[in-house]
Amino acid sequence: MNILAIDTSNETMGVAVIKDGQVSGEYITNVKKNHSVRLLPAIDQVMRDTDVAPNELDQVVVAKGPGSYTGVRIGLSTAKTLAWTLNIPVIAISSLELVAQQAAYYNHQICSFFDARRGLVYTGLYENKESAALSTVWDETNILFVEWLEQLVQRGKKTVFLSPHIDIHRDVILQYMGDLAIIPESIYHVPRPSLLAQIAIDRQADPVHTLTPNYLRLVEAEAKWLENQGKKNNV
Amino acid sequence: MGEFMKKDQYIIAIETSCDETAVAIVKNGTEVISNVVASQIESHKRFGGVVPEIASRHHVEQMTVVLEEAFEQAGLTIKDMDAITVTEGPGLVGALLVGVNTAKTLAFANNKPIIGVHHIAGHIYANRLEKEFNFPLLALVVSGGHTELILMKEHGSFEIIGETRDDAAGEAYDKVARTLQLPYPGGPMIDKLAAEGKETIDFPRAWLEDDSYDFSFSGLKSAVINKLHNAEQRNEELKKEDIAASFQASVVEVLSEKTYRAAMEHNVKQVIVAGGVAANRGLRQALEDKFKETSMELLIPPLHLCTDNAAMIAAAGSIAFEQGHRAGLDLNANPSLSLEVYSDRKK
Ligand SMILES: [Zn+2]
Repeated sequence: MNILAIDTSNETMGVAVIKDGQVSGEYITNVKKNHSVRLLPAIDQVMRDTDVAPNELDQVVVAKGPGSYTGVRIGLSTAKTLAWTLNIPVIAISSLELVAQQAAYYNHQICSFFDARRGLVYTGLYENKESAALSTVWDETNILFVEWLEQLVQRGKKTVFLSPHIDIHRDVILQYMGDLAIIPESIYHVPRPSLLAQIAIDRQADPVHTLTPNYLRLVEAEAKWLENQGKKNNV
Repeated sequence: MGEFMKKDQYIIAIETSCDETAVAIVKNGTEVISNVVASQIESHKRFGGVVPEIASRHHVEQMTVVLEEAFEQAGLTIKDMDAITVTEGPGLVGALLVGVNTAKTLAFANNKPIIGVHHIAGHIYANRLEKEFNFPLLALVVSGGHTELILMKEHGSFEIIGETRDDAAGEAYDKVARTLQLPYPGGPMIDKLAAEGKETIDFPRAWLEDDSYDFSFSGLKSAVINKLHNAEQRNEELKKEDIAASFQASVVEVLSEKTYRAAMEHNVKQVIVAGGVAANRGLRQALEDKFKETSMELLIPPLHLCTDNAAMIAAAGSIAFEQGHRAGLDLNANPSLSLEVYSDRKK
Protein backbone atom coordinates (compact mmCIF):
# COMPACT_ATOMS: atom_id res chain seq x y z
CA MET A 1 0.00 0.00 0.00
CA ASN A 2 1.63 3.24 -1.22
CA ILE A 3 0.20 6.52 -0.01
CA LEU A 4 1.15 10.00 -1.21
CA ALA A 5 0.41 12.79 1.29
CA ILE A 6 0.32 16.47 0.29
CA ASP A 7 0.00 19.63 2.37
CA THR A 8 0.20 23.09 0.79
CA SER A 9 -2.41 24.80 2.88
CA ASN A 10 -0.14 27.32 4.62
CA GLU A 11 3.52 28.43 4.41
CA THR A 12 4.64 24.88 5.04
CA MET A 13 4.81 22.73 1.97
CA GLY A 14 4.93 19.01 2.72
CA VAL A 15 5.04 15.85 0.64
CA ALA A 16 5.35 12.31 2.04
CA VAL A 17 5.34 8.77 0.72
CA ILE A 18 4.10 6.13 3.14
CA LYS A 19 4.71 2.47 2.24
CA ASP A 20 2.76 -0.13 4.18
CA GLY A 21 2.38 2.18 7.14
CA GLN A 22 6.06 3.21 7.21
CA VAL A 23 7.23 6.70 6.36
CA SER A 24 9.43 6.06 3.35
CA GLY A 25 10.09 9.66 2.34
CA GLU A 26 9.13 13.08 3.57
CA TYR A 27 9.94 16.56 2.33
CA ILE A 28 9.06 19.72 4.20
CA THR A 29 9.92 23.35 3.63
CA ASN A 30 8.76 26.17 5.81
CA VAL A 31 9.55 29.20 3.68
CA LYS A 32 7.44 31.82 1.97
CA LYS A 33 7.96 30.55 -1.56
CA ASN A 34 5.66 29.62 -4.38
CA HIS A 35 3.94 26.26 -3.81
CA SER A 36 2.77 26.17 -7.42
CA VAL A 37 6.34 26.13 -8.74
CA ARG A 38 7.71 23.66 -6.21
CA LEU A 39 4.97 21.12 -5.41
CA LEU A 40 5.20 18.80 -8.42
CA PRO A 41 9.02 18.82 -8.53
CA ALA A 42 8.93 17.89 -4.81
CA ILE A 43 6.42 15.07 -5.40
CA ASP A 44 8.56 13.85 -8.30
CA GLN A 45 11.72 13.89 -6.15
CA VAL A 46 10.20 12.13 -3.12
CA MET A 47 8.60 9.46 -5.29
CA ARG A 48 11.83 8.83 -7.22
CA ASP A 49 13.83 8.62 -4.00
CA THR A 50 11.39 6.11 -2.54
CA ASP A 51 11.08 4.12 -5.81
CA VAL A 52 7.36 4.64 -6.23
CA ALA A 53 6.09 5.26 -9.75
CA PRO A 54 2.86 7.25 -10.15
CA ASN A 55 0.95 4.14 -11.29
CA GLU A 56 2.08 2.35 -8.11
CA LEU A 57 0.22 4.76 -5.86
CA ASP A 58 -2.79 3.32 -4.01
CA GLN A 59 -4.10 6.43 -2.28
CA VAL A 60 -3.68 10.20 -2.06
CA VAL A 61 -4.22 12.10 1.17
CA VAL A 62 -4.37 15.87 1.12
CA ALA A 63 -4.80 18.71 3.59
CA LYS A 64 -7.97 20.52 2.50
CA GLY A 65 -7.70 23.73 4.51
CA PRO A 66 -8.47 26.04 6.09
CA GLY A 67 -5.46 28.12 5.15
CA SER A 68 -4.28 30.17 2.19
CA TYR A 69 -7.02 30.00 -0.45
CA THR A 70 -4.48 29.68 -3.24
CA GLY A 71 -2.32 27.20 -1.35
CA VAL A 72 -5.26 24.94 -0.57
CA ARG A 73 -6.40 25.03 -4.20
CA ILE A 74 -2.95 23.99 -5.44
CA GLY A 75 -2.99 20.97 -3.11
CA LEU A 76 -6.56 19.98 -3.94
CA SER A 77 -6.13 20.44 -7.72
CA THR A 78 -3.07 18.20 -7.59
CA ALA A 79 -4.62 15.55 -5.32
CA LYS A 80 -7.94 15.43 -7.18
CA THR A 81 -6.25 15.16 -10.58
CA LEU A 82 -3.92 12.40 -9.34
CA ALA A 83 -6.85 10.46 -7.86
CA TRP A 84 -8.90 10.93 -11.02
CA THR A 85 -6.24 10.05 -13.59
CA LEU A 86 -4.80 7.12 -11.59
CA ASN A 87 -8.26 5.98 -10.52
CA ILE A 88 -7.32 5.75 -6.83
CA PRO A 89 -9.09 7.06 -3.73
CA VAL A 90 -8.43 10.53 -2.33
CA ILE A 91 -8.95 11.40 1.33
CA ALA A 92 -9.03 15.04 2.39
CA ILE A 93 -8.10 15.96 5.94
CA SER A 94 -8.62 19.23 7.78
CA SER A 95 -5.40 21.24 7.91
CA LEU A 96 -6.23 22.13 11.53
CA GLU A 97 -6.54 18.48 12.44
CA LEU A 98 -3.16 17.83 10.82
CA VAL A 99 -1.47 20.48 12.97
CA ALA A 100 -3.24 19.20 16.12
CA GLN A 101 -2.06 15.66 15.38
CA GLN A 102 1.49 16.81 16.20
CA ALA A 103 0.47 16.79 19.89
CA ALA A 104 -1.51 13.54 19.79
CA TYR A 105 0.53 12.13 22.70
CA TYR A 106 -0.21 14.94 25.12
CA ASN A 107 -2.90 14.05 27.61
CA HIS A 108 -4.58 17.39 27.16
CA GLN A 109 -7.00 18.95 24.74
CA ILE A 110 -5.36 20.57 21.72
CA CYS A 111 -6.23 23.88 20.07
CA SER A 112 -4.70 24.31 16.63
CA PHE A 113 -5.15 27.55 14.70
CA PHE A 114 -4.08 29.58 11.67
CA ASP A 115 -3.95 33.35 11.58
CA ALA A 116 -6.77 34.77 9.42
CA ARG A 117 -5.89 38.49 9.78
CA ARG A 118 -7.69 41.31 11.59
CA GLY A 119 -7.70 39.39 14.88
CA LEU A 120 -9.42 36.41 13.32
CA VAL A 121 -8.22 32.82 13.33
CA TYR A 122 -9.27 29.54 11.82
CA THR A 123 -9.31 27.19 14.78
CA GLY A 124 -10.66 23.97 16.26
CA LEU A 125 -10.42 22.01 19.51
CA TYR A 126 -9.39 18.35 19.65
CA GLU A 127 -8.58 15.63 22.16
CA ASN A 128 -6.83 12.29 22.19
CA LYS A 129 -9.21 9.28 22.11
CA GLU A 130 -6.68 6.49 21.52
CA SER A 131 -7.70 5.99 17.89
CA ALA A 132 -5.70 6.72 14.74
CA ALA A 133 -6.90 10.30 14.79
CA LEU A 134 -7.90 12.84 17.41
CA SER A 135 -11.55 13.45 18.11
CA THR A 136 -13.14 16.84 17.70
CA VAL A 137 -14.26 18.69 20.83
CA TRP A 138 -15.30 21.97 19.18
CA ASP A 139 -15.85 22.15 15.42
CA GLU A 140 -13.46 24.27 13.42
CA THR A 141 -14.52 27.83 12.84
CA ASN A 142 -13.43 31.27 11.69
CA ILE A 143 -13.61 33.47 14.80
CA LEU A 144 -12.00 36.39 16.63
CA PHE A 145 -9.21 34.73 18.57
CA VAL A 146 -10.02 36.59 21.80
CA GLU A 147 -13.61 35.33 21.63
CA TRP A 148 -12.41 31.76 21.20
CA LEU A 149 -9.93 32.17 24.07
CA GLU A 150 -12.68 33.46 26.38
CA GLN A 151 -14.66 30.29 25.74
CA LEU A 152 -11.57 28.17 26.35
CA VAL A 153 -10.90 29.90 29.67
CA GLN A 154 -14.44 29.13 30.80
CA ARG A 155 -13.88 25.47 29.95
CA GLY A 156 -11.05 25.65 32.48
CA LYS A 157 -8.87 22.87 31.05
CA LYS A 158 -5.18 22.76 30.27
CA THR A 159 -4.82 23.25 26.52
CA VAL A 160 -1.96 22.63 24.11
CA PHE A 161 -1.70 25.40 21.49
CA LEU A 162 -0.25 24.52 18.11
CA SER A 163 0.07 26.81 15.11
CA PRO A 164 2.61 27.75 12.45
CA HIS A 165 1.60 31.30 13.43
CA ILE A 166 2.12 30.77 17.16
CA ASP A 167 4.57 33.66 17.53
CA ILE A 168 2.04 36.31 16.44
CA HIS A 169 -0.48 35.13 19.05
CA ARG A 170 1.68 33.84 21.94
CA ASP A 171 1.11 36.90 24.12
CA VAL A 172 -2.65 36.96 23.82
CA ILE A 173 -2.84 33.22 24.55
CA LEU A 174 -0.81 33.64 27.73
CA GLN A 175 -2.79 36.74 28.67
CA TYR A 176 -6.11 34.87 28.51
CA MET A 177 -5.11 31.33 29.45
CA GLY A 178 -2.24 31.88 31.89
CA ASP A 179 -1.17 28.54 33.41
CA LEU A 180 -3.79 26.68 31.39
CA ALA A 181 -1.80 27.23 28.19
CA ILE A 182 0.84 24.75 27.08
CA ILE A 183 2.91 26.04 24.16
CA PRO A 184 5.46 23.53 22.84
CA GLU A 185 8.81 24.58 21.30
CA SER A 186 8.58 26.08 17.84
CA ILE A 187 9.70 22.89 16.07
CA TYR A 188 6.40 21.14 16.91
CA HIS A 189 4.22 23.72 15.18
CA VAL A 190 5.25 22.83 11.63
CA PRO A 191 2.97 20.06 10.35
CA ARG A 192 4.47 16.81 9.05
CA PRO A 193 2.62 15.63 5.93
CA SER A 194 3.09 11.94 6.85
CA LEU A 195 0.64 12.48 9.72
CA LEU A 196 -2.08 12.98 7.10
CA ALA A 197 -1.78 9.26 6.29
CA GLN A 198 -2.11 8.43 9.99
CA ILE A 199 -5.30 10.46 10.34
CA ALA A 200 -6.68 8.95 7.12
CA ILE A 201 -6.45 5.36 8.41
CA ASP A 202 -10.06 5.18 9.49
CA ARG A 203 -11.51 7.75 7.10
CA GLN A 204 -13.70 7.14 4.08
CA ALA A 205 -12.52 8.20 0.64
CA ASP A 206 -13.97 11.47 -0.68
CA PRO A 207 -15.83 11.61 -4.01
CA VAL A 208 -13.21 12.98 -6.44
CA HIS A 209 -15.40 15.30 -8.51
CA THR A 210 -17.21 17.05 -5.68
CA LEU A 211 -14.30 17.30 -3.25
CA THR A 212 -13.74 20.99 -2.47
CA PRO A 213 -11.37 22.88 -0.21
CA ASN A 214 -12.50 23.74 3.27
CA TYR A 215 -12.22 27.54 3.09
CA LEU A 216 -14.24 28.12 6.30
CA ARG A 217 -15.11 31.53 4.91
CA LEU A 218 -17.33 32.90 2.16
CA VAL A 219 -15.86 35.13 -0.52
CA GLU A 220 -16.37 38.74 0.62
CA ALA A 221 -18.46 39.67 -2.44
CA GLU A 222 -20.69 36.68 -1.82
CA ALA A 223 -21.12 37.42 1.89
CA LYS A 224 -22.16 41.00 1.06
CA TRP A 225 -24.54 39.79 -1.61
CA LEU A 226 -26.20 37.34 0.79
CA GLU A 227 -26.48 40.08 3.39
CA ASN A 228 -28.22 42.36 0.87
CA GLN A 229 -30.54 39.54 -0.17
CA GLY A 230 -31.47 39.08 3.49
CA LYS A 231 -32.24 42.80 3.82
CA LYS A 232 -34.40 42.74 0.69
CA ASN A 233 -36.34 39.73 1.93
CA ASN A 234 -37.03 41.35 5.29
CA VAL A 235 -38.61 44.45 3.78
CA MET B 1 1.98 5.65 -47.94
CA GLY B 2 3.53 3.14 -45.57
CA GLU B 3 6.62 3.86 -43.54
CA PHE B 4 6.53 7.64 -43.95
CA MET B 5 2.88 7.99 -43.03
CA LYS B 6 2.69 10.44 -40.19
CA LYS B 7 1.05 9.34 -36.97
CA ASP B 8 -1.89 11.46 -35.86
CA GLN B 9 -1.13 13.98 -33.17
CA TYR B 10 -3.52 14.42 -30.23
CA ILE B 11 -3.22 17.41 -27.91
CA ILE B 12 -5.31 18.00 -24.79
CA ALA B 13 -5.65 21.56 -23.47
CA ILE B 14 -6.87 23.07 -20.23
CA GLU B 15 -8.00 26.70 -20.08
CA THR B 16 -8.95 28.43 -16.79
CA SER B 17 -7.72 31.99 -17.29
CA CYS B 18 -10.98 33.71 -16.34
CA ASP B 19 -14.48 32.39 -15.66
CA GLU B 20 -14.72 29.39 -18.00
CA THR B 21 -13.44 25.96 -16.99
CA ALA B 22 -12.55 24.39 -20.32
CA VAL B 23 -10.91 21.22 -21.63
CA ALA B 24 -10.54 20.18 -25.27
CA ILE B 25 -8.84 17.54 -27.37
CA VAL B 26 -7.62 18.51 -30.84
CA LYS B 27 -6.24 16.22 -33.56
CA ASN B 28 -3.33 17.34 -35.75
CA GLY B 29 -3.76 20.92 -34.58
CA THR B 30 -6.84 21.53 -36.69
CA GLU B 31 -9.60 19.05 -35.89
CA VAL B 32 -11.67 19.48 -32.73
CA ILE B 33 -12.38 16.06 -31.21
CA SER B 34 -13.99 17.37 -28.05
CA ASN B 35 -14.47 20.85 -26.65
CA VAL B 36 -16.10 21.20 -23.21
CA VAL B 37 -16.70 24.59 -21.58
CA ALA B 38 -18.28 24.96 -18.14
CA SER B 39 -19.35 28.58 -17.97
CA GLN B 40 -19.65 30.36 -14.63
CA ILE B 41 -21.54 33.32 -16.06
CA GLU B 42 -24.66 32.62 -13.98
CA SER B 43 -22.61 32.68 -10.79
CA HIS B 44 -20.92 36.03 -11.55
CA LYS B 45 -23.99 37.77 -12.97
CA ARG B 46 -25.26 38.83 -9.55
CA PHE B 47 -21.99 40.72 -8.91
CA GLY B 48 -22.05 42.53 -12.28
CA GLY B 49 -18.62 41.16 -13.20
CA VAL B 50 -16.19 38.32 -12.60
CA VAL B 51 -15.13 37.95 -8.95
CA PRO B 52 -11.65 36.36 -9.15
CA GLU B 53 -11.87 34.37 -5.91
CA ILE B 54 -15.25 32.92 -6.87
CA ALA B 55 -13.91 32.02 -10.33
CA SER B 56 -10.99 30.17 -8.73
CA ARG B 57 -13.31 28.26 -6.41
CA HIS B 58 -15.53 27.15 -9.28
CA HIS B 59 -12.53 25.94 -11.28
CA VAL B 60 -11.57 23.53 -8.48
CA GLU B 61 -15.16 22.26 -8.33
CA GLN B 62 -15.50 21.71 -12.07
CA MET B 63 -12.03 20.73 -13.25
CA THR B 64 -12.11 16.91 -13.05
CA VAL B 65 -15.74 16.80 -14.22
CA VAL B 66 -14.87 18.79 -17.34
CA LEU B 67 -11.74 16.67 -17.91
CA GLU B 68 -13.75 13.48 -17.75
CA GLU B 69 -16.38 14.80 -20.12
CA ALA B 70 -13.75 15.87 -22.67
CA PHE B 71 -12.27 12.35 -22.73
CA GLU B 72 -15.68 10.71 -22.83
CA GLN B 73 -16.85 12.83 -25.76
CA ALA B 74 -13.62 12.10 -27.60
CA GLY B 75 -13.72 8.38 -26.87
CA LEU B 76 -10.01 8.63 -26.04
CA THR B 77 -7.86 8.24 -22.93
CA ILE B 78 -4.90 10.16 -21.61
CA LYS B 79 -2.64 7.46 -23.08
CA ASP B 80 -3.64 8.59 -26.57
CA MET B 81 -2.38 12.13 -25.92
CA ASP B 82 0.96 13.38 -27.27
CA ALA B 83 1.12 16.35 -24.94
CA ILE B 84 -0.76 18.21 -22.21
CA THR B 85 -1.10 21.92 -22.91
CA VAL B 86 -2.46 24.62 -20.63
CA THR B 87 -3.06 28.36 -20.57
CA GLU B 88 -0.07 29.74 -18.69
CA GLY B 89 -1.22 33.38 -18.92
CA PRO B 90 -2.28 36.11 -19.10
CA GLY B 91 -5.37 35.97 -16.90
CA LEU B 92 -6.48 35.85 -13.26
CA VAL B 93 -3.66 34.29 -11.28
CA GLY B 94 -5.82 32.23 -8.91
CA ALA B 95 -7.86 30.91 -11.81
CA LEU B 96 -4.81 30.11 -13.95
CA LEU B 97 -3.19 28.21 -11.07
CA VAL B 98 -5.95 25.60 -10.98
CA GLY B 99 -5.47 24.79 -14.66
CA VAL B 100 -1.68 24.85 -14.52
CA ASN B 101 -1.47 22.52 -11.52
CA THR B 102 -4.06 20.17 -12.98
CA ALA B 103 -2.15 20.01 -16.26
CA LYS B 104 1.20 19.44 -14.56
CA THR B 105 -0.28 16.64 -12.46
CA LEU B 106 -1.73 14.95 -15.55
CA ALA B 107 1.64 15.22 -17.27
CA PHE B 108 3.51 13.87 -14.27
CA ALA B 109 1.15 10.98 -13.52
CA ASN B 110 1.05 9.84 -17.14
CA ASN B 111 4.60 10.68 -18.17
CA LYS B 112 3.57 13.14 -20.91
CA PRO B 113 5.16 16.41 -22.03
CA ILE B 114 3.67 19.62 -20.60
CA ILE B 115 3.51 22.90 -22.53
CA GLY B 116 2.37 26.34 -21.36
CA VAL B 117 0.40 28.33 -23.95
CA HIS B 118 -0.27 32.08 -24.24
CA HIS B 119 -4.00 32.85 -24.06
CA ILE B 120 -3.91 35.29 -26.98
CA ALA B 121 -1.94 32.87 -29.14
CA GLY B 122 -4.88 30.57 -28.43
CA HIS B 123 -7.46 33.13 -29.56
CA ILE B 124 -5.57 33.61 -32.83
CA TYR B 125 -5.17 29.86 -33.41
CA ALA B 126 -8.92 29.33 -32.91
CA ASN B 127 -9.07 30.33 -36.58
CA ARG B 128 -6.80 27.49 -37.65
CA LEU B 129 -9.54 25.08 -36.49
CA GLU B 130 -11.56 26.49 -39.40
CA LYS B 131 -9.00 27.30 -42.07
CA GLU B 132 -5.26 26.72 -42.61
CA PHE B 133 -3.06 29.78 -42.01
CA ASN B 134 -1.45 31.58 -44.90
CA PHE B 135 1.47 33.84 -43.92
CA PRO B 136 2.07 36.69 -43.47
CA LEU B 137 -1.17 37.24 -41.62
CA LEU B 138 -2.57 40.00 -39.45
CA ALA B 139 -4.67 39.26 -36.38
CA LEU B 140 -6.98 41.76 -34.70
CA VAL B 141 -7.46 40.52 -31.13
CA VAL B 142 -10.38 42.17 -29.35
CA SER B 143 -11.68 41.04 -25.97
CA GLY B 144 -12.44 42.26 -22.45
CA GLY B 145 -8.72 42.50 -21.71
CA HIS B 146 -7.15 42.98 -25.14
CA THR B 147 -7.13 45.17 -28.23
CA GLU B 148 -4.11 44.29 -30.32
CA LEU B 149 -2.93 44.06 -33.90
CA ILE B 150 -0.52 41.15 -34.26
CA LEU B 151 1.58 40.32 -37.28
CA MET B 152 2.49 36.67 -37.86
CA LYS B 153 5.16 35.77 -40.43
CA GLU B 154 5.23 32.09 -39.54
CA HIS B 155 3.75 29.61 -37.06
CA GLY B 156 4.42 30.44 -33.42
CA SER B 157 5.80 33.92 -34.15
CA PHE B 158 3.84 36.93 -32.91
CA GLU B 159 4.76 40.58 -33.38
CA ILE B 160 2.54 43.20 -31.75
CA ILE B 161 2.29 46.17 -34.15
CA GLY B 162 -0.52 47.97 -32.31
CA GLU B 163 -2.15 47.83 -28.91
CA THR B 164 -4.45 49.84 -26.68
CA ARG B 165 -2.92 52.63 -24.63
CA ASP B 166 -5.70 52.56 -22.07
CA ASP B 167 -8.92 50.53 -22.05
CA ALA B 168 -9.44 47.39 -24.09
CA ALA B 169 -12.36 47.57 -26.54
CA GLY B 170 -14.31 45.00 -24.53
CA GLU B 171 -13.69 46.99 -21.37
CA ALA B 172 -15.15 50.13 -22.98
CA TYR B 173 -18.19 48.08 -24.02
CA ASP B 174 -18.67 46.80 -20.46
CA LYS B 175 -18.35 50.28 -18.94
CA VAL B 176 -20.75 51.89 -21.39
CA ALA B 177 -23.19 48.99 -20.85
CA ARG B 178 -23.04 49.57 -17.12
CA THR B 179 -23.74 53.30 -17.62
CA LEU B 180 -26.74 52.36 -19.76
CA GLN B 181 -27.78 49.98 -16.97
CA LEU B 182 -27.78 46.96 -19.26
CA PRO B 183 -27.59 43.49 -17.70
CA TYR B 184 -24.22 41.71 -17.43
CA PRO B 185 -22.45 40.85 -19.69
CA GLY B 186 -23.09 44.16 -21.42
CA GLY B 187 -21.02 43.86 -24.63
CA PRO B 188 -23.41 41.61 -26.56
CA MET B 189 -26.36 43.74 -25.35
CA ILE B 190 -24.84 46.90 -26.88
CA ASP B 191 -24.30 45.06 -30.16
CA LYS B 192 -27.96 44.04 -30.10
CA LEU B 193 -29.26 47.53 -29.26
CA ALA B 194 -26.93 49.12 -31.84
CA ALA B 195 -28.57 47.06 -34.58
CA GLU B 196 -31.91 48.63 -33.60
CA GLY B 197 -30.67 52.22 -33.26
CA LYS B 198 -29.25 54.98 -35.49
CA GLU B 199 -25.95 56.82 -35.32
CA THR B 200 -27.38 60.15 -34.13
CA ILE B 201 -24.41 61.31 -32.03
CA ASP B 202 -20.96 61.95 -33.44
CA PHE B 203 -18.71 60.45 -30.76
CA PRO B 204 -14.93 61.01 -31.09
CA ARG B 205 -12.61 58.60 -32.90
CA ALA B 206 -9.11 58.33 -31.46
CA TRP B 207 -6.79 57.96 -34.45
CA LEU B 208 -3.64 58.91 -32.49
CA GLU B 209 -0.50 59.57 -34.61
CA ASP B 210 -0.76 59.05 -38.37
CA ASP B 211 1.54 56.05 -38.48
CA SER B 212 0.33 54.45 -35.26
CA TYR B 213 -1.69 51.26 -35.06
CA ASP B 214 -2.30 51.81 -31.36
CA PHE B 215 -5.78 52.28 -29.93
CA SER B 216 -7.37 54.40 -27.22
CA PHE B 217 -10.93 54.02 -25.99
CA SER B 218 -10.97 55.91 -22.69
CA GLY B 219 -11.84 59.24 -24.36
CA LEU B 220 -14.76 57.68 -26.18
CA LYS B 221 -15.98 56.03 -22.99
CA SER B 222 -15.88 59.39 -21.14
CA ALA B 223 -17.67 61.11 -24.04
CA VAL B 224 -20.53 58.61 -23.81
CA ILE B 225 -20.78 58.96 -20.05
CA ASN B 226 -20.73 62.80 -20.31
CA LYS B 227 -23.38 62.79 -23.00
CA LEU B 228 -25.69 60.68 -20.84
CA HIS B 229 -24.97 62.78 -17.79
CA ASN B 230 -25.71 66.08 -19.57
CA ALA B 231 -28.90 64.73 -21.09
CA GLU B 232 -30.05 63.61 -17.66
CA GLN B 233 -29.46 67.09 -16.20
CA ARG B 234 -31.43 68.72 -19.01
CA ASN B 235 -34.18 66.12 -18.60
CA GLU B 236 -33.53 65.18 -22.19
CA GLU B 237 -34.55 61.69 -23.27
CA LEU B 238 -31.86 59.82 -25.25
CA LYS B 239 -32.68 56.55 -26.93
CA LYS B 240 -30.47 53.76 -25.59
CA GLU B 241 -30.49 52.20 -29.03
CA ASP B 242 -29.05 55.38 -30.58
CA ILE B 243 -26.38 55.74 -27.89
CA ALA B 244 -25.37 52.12 -28.50
CA ALA B 245 -25.34 52.59 -32.27
CA SER B 246 -23.29 55.80 -32.04
CA PHE B 247 -20.79 54.29 -29.57
CA GLN B 248 -20.41 51.12 -31.60
CA ALA B 249 -19.95 53.09 -34.82
CA SER B 250 -16.96 54.88 -33.28
CA VAL B 251 -15.32 51.69 -31.96
CA VAL B 252 -15.92 49.74 -35.13
CA GLU B 253 -14.67 52.47 -37.45
CA VAL B 254 -11.35 52.80 -35.62
CA LEU B 255 -10.85 49.04 -35.31
CA SER B 256 -11.66 48.27 -38.94
CA GLU B 257 -9.78 51.23 -40.43
CA LYS B 258 -6.56 50.55 -38.47
CA THR B 259 -6.78 46.87 -39.29
CA TYR B 260 -7.21 47.72 -42.95
CA ARG B 261 -4.24 50.11 -43.01
CA ALA B 262 -1.98 47.63 -41.20
CA ALA B 263 -3.02 44.82 -43.52
CA MET B 264 -2.19 46.99 -46.54
CA GLU B 265 1.16 48.15 -45.21
CA HIS B 266 2.32 44.61 -44.41
CA ASN B 267 0.76 43.13 -47.51
CA VAL B 268 -0.73 40.19 -45.64
CA LYS B 269 -2.51 37.22 -47.16
CA GLN B 270 -5.01 36.73 -44.33
CA VAL B 271 -6.72 38.91 -41.75
CA ILE B 272 -7.89 37.13 -38.64
CA VAL B 273 -10.28 38.45 -36.01
CA ALA B 274 -10.01 36.85 -32.58
CA GLY B 275 -11.27 37.24 -29.02
CA GLY B 276 -14.69 37.67 -27.45
CA VAL B 277 -15.50 40.92 -29.28
CA ALA B 278 -15.02 39.10 -32.62
CA ALA B 279 -18.58 37.91 -32.01
CA ASN B 280 -19.77 41.51 -32.44
CA ARG B 281 -21.98 41.76 -35.52
CA GLY B 282 -21.24 45.42 -36.12
CA LEU B 283 -17.50 44.72 -36.23
CA ARG B 284 -17.92 41.69 -38.47
CA GLN B 285 -19.97 43.68 -40.95
CA ALA B 286 -17.54 46.61 -41.06
CA LEU B 287 -14.55 44.33 -41.64
CA GLU B 288 -16.36 42.37 -44.32
CA ASP B 289 -17.15 45.62 -46.12
CA LYS B 290 -13.54 46.82 -45.86
CA PHE B 291 -11.89 43.67 -47.14
CA LYS B 292 -14.47 42.71 -49.73
CA GLU B 293 -12.62 44.48 -52.53
CA THR B 294 -9.15 43.24 -51.55
CA SER B 295 -7.39 39.98 -52.31
CA MET B 296 -6.94 39.39 -48.59
CA GLU B 297 -8.87 36.63 -46.94
CA LEU B 298 -10.85 37.66 -43.84
CA LEU B 299 -11.31 34.95 -41.21
CA ILE B 300 -13.70 35.31 -38.29
CA PRO B 301 -14.27 32.18 -36.20
CA PRO B 302 -17.75 30.99 -35.27
CA LEU B 303 -19.08 32.31 -31.97
CA HIS B 304 -18.17 29.28 -29.82
CA LEU B 305 -14.53 29.63 -30.88
CA CYS B 306 -14.43 33.42 -30.28
CA THR B 307 -15.17 33.21 -26.58
CA ASP B 308 -12.75 31.48 -24.21
CA ASN B 309 -12.39 27.76 -24.87
CA ALA B 310 -9.68 25.12 -24.68
CA ALA B 311 -9.74 23.98 -28.32
CA MET B 312 -7.96 27.20 -29.26
CA ILE B 313 -5.27 26.50 -26.62
CA ALA B 314 -4.81 23.00 -28.02
CA ALA B 315 -4.52 24.44 -31.54
CA ALA B 316 -1.77 26.85 -30.46
CA GLY B 317 -0.27 24.11 -28.25
CA SER B 318 -0.05 21.76 -31.21
CA ILE B 319 2.33 24.16 -32.99
CA ALA B 320 4.32 24.76 -29.79
CA PHE B 321 4.65 20.98 -29.42
CA GLU B 322 5.87 20.57 -33.00
CA GLN B 323 8.34 23.42 -32.54
CA GLY B 324 9.81 21.56 -29.59
CA HIS B 325 8.69 23.81 -26.81
CA ARG B 326 8.45 22.01 -23.43
CA ALA B 327 7.87 23.20 -19.88
CA GLY B 328 9.06 21.52 -16.70
CA LEU B 329 7.09 20.43 -13.64
CA ASP B 330 7.98 23.85 -12.23
CA LEU B 331 5.71 25.57 -14.79
CA ASN B 332 3.86 28.40 -13.06
CA ALA B 333 0.86 30.54 -13.87
CA ASN B 334 1.98 33.89 -15.30
CA PRO B 335 -0.87 36.43 -15.06
CA SER B 336 1.01 39.02 -17.14
CA LEU B 337 2.79 36.76 -19.64
CA SER B 338 3.76 38.87 -22.65
CA LEU B 339 3.03 37.58 -26.15
CA GLU B 340 6.47 38.64 -27.37
CA VAL B 341 8.25 36.76 -24.58
CA TYR B 342 6.14 33.74 -25.48
CA SER B 343 6.96 34.20 -29.16
CA ASP B 344 10.72 34.38 -28.47
CA ARG B 345 10.67 31.02 -26.73
CA LYS B 346 10.33 29.24 -30.01
CA LYS B 347 13.38 30.74 -31.70
ZN1 LIG C 1 -9.93 35.30 -23.87
